[in-house]
Amino acid sequence: MLNYLINGISLGSVYAIIALGYTMVYGIAKMLNFAHGDVIMVGGYISFCATSYLGLPVIPSVLLSIFVCTVLGIVIERLAYKPLRAATSLAVLITAIGVSYFLQNAALLIWSSNPKAYPNMVALPPLAIGNTQISAVSLVTIIACIVIMVALTLFTNKTKMGKAMRAVSEDKDAAQLMGINVNATISLTFAIGSGLAAVAGVLLCSAYPTLMPTTGAMPGIKAFTAAVFGGIGSIPGAMLGGILLGIIEIFGKAYISTQLSDAIVFSVLILILLVKPTGLLGRKISEKV
Amino acid sequence: MSMLKVSDINVYYGNIHAIKGISFEVNEGEIVTLIGANGAGKSTTLNTVAGLLKPATGNIEFEGQSLLNVPAHKIVSRGMALCPEGRRIFLQLTVQENLEMGAYTRPSAETADLIADVYDRFPRLKERYRQVAGTLSGGEQQMLAMGRALMSKPRLMMLDEPSMGLAPILVEKIFEIIGELNKAGTTILLVEQNAQMALSIAHRSYVLETGRITVSGTGEELLHNDAVRKAYLGG
Ligand SMILES: Nc1ncnc2c1ncn2[C@@H]1O[C@H](COP(=O)(O)OP(=O)(O)OP(=O)(O)O)[C@@H](O)[C@H]1O
Ligand SMILES: [Mg+2]
Repeated sequence: MLNYLINGISLGSVYAIIALGYTMVYGIAKMLNFAHGDVIMVGGYISFCATSYLGLPVIPSVLLSIFVCTVLGIVIERLAYKPLRAATSLAVLITAIGVSYFLQNAALLIWSSNPKAYPNMVALPPLAIGNTQISAVSLVTIIACIVIMVALTLFTNKTKMGKAMRAVSEDKDAAQLMGINVNATISLTFAIGSGLAAVAGVLLCSAYPTLMPTTGAMPGIKAFTAAVFGGIGSIPGAMLGGILLGIIEIFGKAYISTQLSDAIVFSVLILILLVKPTGLLGRKISEKV
Repeated sequence: MSMLKVSDINVYYGNIHAIKGISFEVNEGEIVTLIGANGAGKSTTLNTVAGLLKPATGNIEFEGQSLLNVPAHKIVSRGMALCPEGRRIFLQLTVQENLEMGAYTRPSAETADLIADVYDRFPRLKERYRQVAGTLSGGEQQMLAMGRALMSKPRLMMLDEPSMGLAPILVEKIFEIIGELNKAGTTILLVEQNAQMALSIAHRSYVLETGRITVSGTGEELLHNDAVRKAYLGG
């Protein structure tokens, strides 16, 4: 029971880290970056190659993976989304799906469809509490999630750049009138989101060590669900949504049905959205005229 | 010396020709107003000067330098600020954070002093400095919008309908503040629906009609111009 809970929180922490990327990009660029899940997969492959082929130690591999994904995020935004800044949201959505397929197929070309056995990046002994064992991966994932959450909250609430980011997410024209460079802010958001996706990739593959070009797709969709569940655009919402989703999924698998676990997750989402359309922590301040 | 010189600009929204070759000037130390009916193109004009819209043809010069190739976010550091129509404050940021955003291009060491100046002028904002801006009343939001624009220490302040939706007593107060700012050395370009008030405070005025300037003169002259009286002052 406690074991399931910890597994749930740990899986949920990965969803939360991914969901943060979705939610931040949505908040600023008002778009659903469906390619976000595939950046996780790229993060997985880069860290895999760094350790398995280049023989790099764990920390440099992870840093390299974060670096590559950050750059990838910025490039995707520049090439695919920036030209569509004024286009309809449907056009942007279709482009994002296109980018997602592009990344998956590029990975297929480079790394083939054969699954790679991902090395456990957190090869530490498990922690025993009473007669429950917590794997090091779970523990590191949960800690990483908390650290990221705290760091992002401090960044957006306390730093000038973070506040500017919130200003841009609310009103781009007004932000420009303040002297804020909107394009640079959007790039920064994609950079942060994609860097987090790399971290999520490493953690996810360490816990579920089969790496394929489609590895990022399902966690991506679930994290997106988590972001909506928690209230898209809200950082604590993404965190809460992710963790609840993880818990529901693990408990669903354990007590109801392994096959139906995804169906259960999405049913809960639909129920929550019926009751509270803005998500758990989503807010809507009505504008005064 | 003319501080702002707008020469024969044309502005389009897609194929809507909103500004049809207008020219005007604002001299240092003046209060200049643009008046005109709804849809005449007043906001379009201010937004174009502030760089949010780019004119298809024509030129805009500020203190002798063309602004045509300056991106919108670099305009404010040239020394002009726009307090836009509808306030456009950041509703989810606190009062203080909104002011900090106003000082985005200033060195951080100055921010505290600039904020203190704004709080001196608008004590109501000081009482509410930690409140989220979306929960302020309409009048308080307007004060915040003006305070935020002042944070960049503009030499030219553009205001787009600052009295919109406010009770008469607050309108008086806003105009009083505009007068004070001007006395303290800030040049003002003001767009107003409230033509009576606008003309009585202005040194010079331009009347805009469907994208063209039709009348111009001193505030006094326009107050006594028959056509203007009929169209904008209720007879
Ligand atoms: N974003 C836009 N897209 C298309 N047309 C626009 C847009 N904004 C303004 N217009 C049109 O341009 C013209 C001028 O509008 P503008 O907002 O400048 O008028 P205004 O003088 O400020 O009016 P008001 O007093 O109502 O604020 C109007 O005909 C308006 O319909
Ligand atoms: Mg207007």
